[in-house]
Amino acid sequence: MALSAPAPAGPLQYLEAQARWRPIELVFWLATLLPFVLTPSYLVLASQIAVTALFAMSLDLILGYAGIVSLGHAAFFGFGAYTAGLISKWGWGEPLTGLVLAGFAAGLLGYLFSFIIARFRHLALIMITLGFGLLLEEAANSANWLTGGADGLQGVHMWPLFNTFQFDLYGYTAYSYALIALFLCFLLSRRLINSPFGLSLRGIRENIVRMRAIGAESRPHIRTIFTIAAVMAGVAGAILTQSTETVSLGSLDFQRSADILVILILGGTGRLYGGLIGAVIYLIARDQFSGINPQYWYFPIGILLILVVLFLPNGILGGLSEMVNTERGQRWFGWLTSSSWRGKSP
Amino acid sequence: MNAPVLATRDLNKSFGSLVVASGIEIALPAGVRYALIGPNGAGKTTLINMVTGMLRPDSGSILLGADDITALSPEQRVRLGLVRTFQINSLFPHLTALESVTLAVCERRRVARTWWRQLTAYRDEIDEAYDILTALTLAPVCHRRTRELAYGQQRLLEIALALAAKPKVLLLDEPAAGVPREESKELFAAIAGLSRDITVLFIEHDMELVFRFASRVIVLVGGRVLVEGTPAEIAADERVRAVYLGKGHGEPRRG
Repeated sequence: MALSAPAPAGPLQYLEAQARWRPIELVFWLATLLPFVLTPSYLVLASQIAVTALFAMSLDLILGYAGIVSLGHAAFFGFGAYTAGLISKWGWGEPLTGLVLAGFAAGLLGYLFSFIIARFRHLALIMITLGFGLLLEEAANSANWLTGGADGLQGVHMWPLFNTFQFDLYGYTAYSYALIALFLCFLLSRRLINSPFGLSLRGIRENIVRMRAIGAESRPHIRTIFTIAAVMAGVAGAILTQSTETVSLGSLDFQRSADILVILILGGTGRLYGGLIGAVIYLIARDQFSGINPQYWYFPIGILLILVVLFLPNGILGGLSEMVNTERGQRWFGWLTSSSWRGKSP
Repeated sequence: MNAPVLATRDLNKSFGSLVVASGIEIALPAGVRYALIGPNGAGKTTLINMVTGMLRPDSGSILLGADDITALSPEQRVRLGLVRTFQINSLFPHLTALESVTLAVCERRRVARTWWRQLTAYRDEIDEAYDILTALTLAPVCHRRTRELAYGQQRLLEIALALAAKPKVLLLDEPAAGVPREESKELFAAIAGLSRDITVLFIEHDMELVFRFASRVIVLVGGRVLVEGTPAEIAADERVRAVYLGKGHGEPRRG
């Protein structure tokens, strides 16, 4: 969350302050533990939110930081989901190795695809990712013998996590598992965006032509971040498979690619937390609205999306950060977003 | 004169029937401040685009030192020390000035692929970027986002980004374009203060600035080099007066 705090003296201090943890971040991560205490009957939903948040964060890495628009990001989510499912179906139900292998498989697919991605921008990129997503969806649909086609993959059975924690109906294990994975991937992403590589990604997003003129080759950067994002999407897909013990075509269809884009834009791109907040709002809204009317729950979501894009062009988080940046906002909430809360650095 | 650091041999380029470069041969000796002048449409920016690799010439070759760089990509040429700025600002609007220049320094020092270490661990790179900004009087605003900078400061940032690539040859495409006269003098004073290790070629329309800051001038007309010489020679040249200075640009003042 970039906030224009008064600049401390010296070039280094300011950059250090930018990368420092803020109180609001600790509040956020502590709040993710609340469902265990407050709403234990909603832990299954909470685990879905964590999975979706991880998926949205992976899209933010390429869209929000490198400016790569993808309408086929579910391909990697689904590839991870099916990989995790197949490993279990073929007799190896240990979750962690399954998770790692699924991430690796999705990353390999992402790496291969990134050679095409790195050559295009804008509309061409949207069409290529869209086509790739549809291609994979059709392939999964027609490979009935492997994926179970439209019926979904049957026979997925997970062993207990660490030989101790069974994936239960209430979602205790699922939410803990998804939350830890989300947090670890978040730490990794946070480090990544505050690195020299992260700075170059923002340069690519801002002005890829100028990158050439300062002697930077953008394509290797794009290939790297696309691969990393694919790994994270694959891990998210694998967690969904492992915690629900099923895989359906829905894990890689166009709807999922579109949903995740909506979620990220609702929350706000280029801030890491945007996808997380977006996932919370979107899935809770879907849960509530579909309780009211199971058929037309997309209607209020559509209204929400239009309102956000009209009035909060930088998403919900962007809007909040603008509010905090006003004078009154600083007085009331400044301490939450301040980077100098640890006291003055020497 | 010493051996040229940058030279072109018989560069030709046309778009359809429009000839924008015809047999261009230039040779820039090390450390010299060159001005490239000529009426609108003379092919000045086209020449810079070809030299920096953003436009492929139809024929001819470009030499940096003793190396033929005609086939290299723009990125590769920058890494060899051939760097340009743009006539229309081409910056990173949402990055701060310091972030922008640090980015360029990190790319040059080849640490930009590191994603597992904090940027703040790269003190040398940040300090180098800060020093460049200080030299161009941008240090006080180095934490402002580029798009929030005054226009003149953005023009300076254009140059700062180029300097971060450690140029041997610096090509400035109208560095003072759109800058008020008073400020453009300051801007050129900053350019004049650059290290003598850097050979500078700049495009500029303001003859007063040209005659004050250039040690040699190349006049380009219709894609051809009309004449090349010292400012005094150029000012005295009848052909230049006829095709260029005579057309409403006024008498040059000599600096």
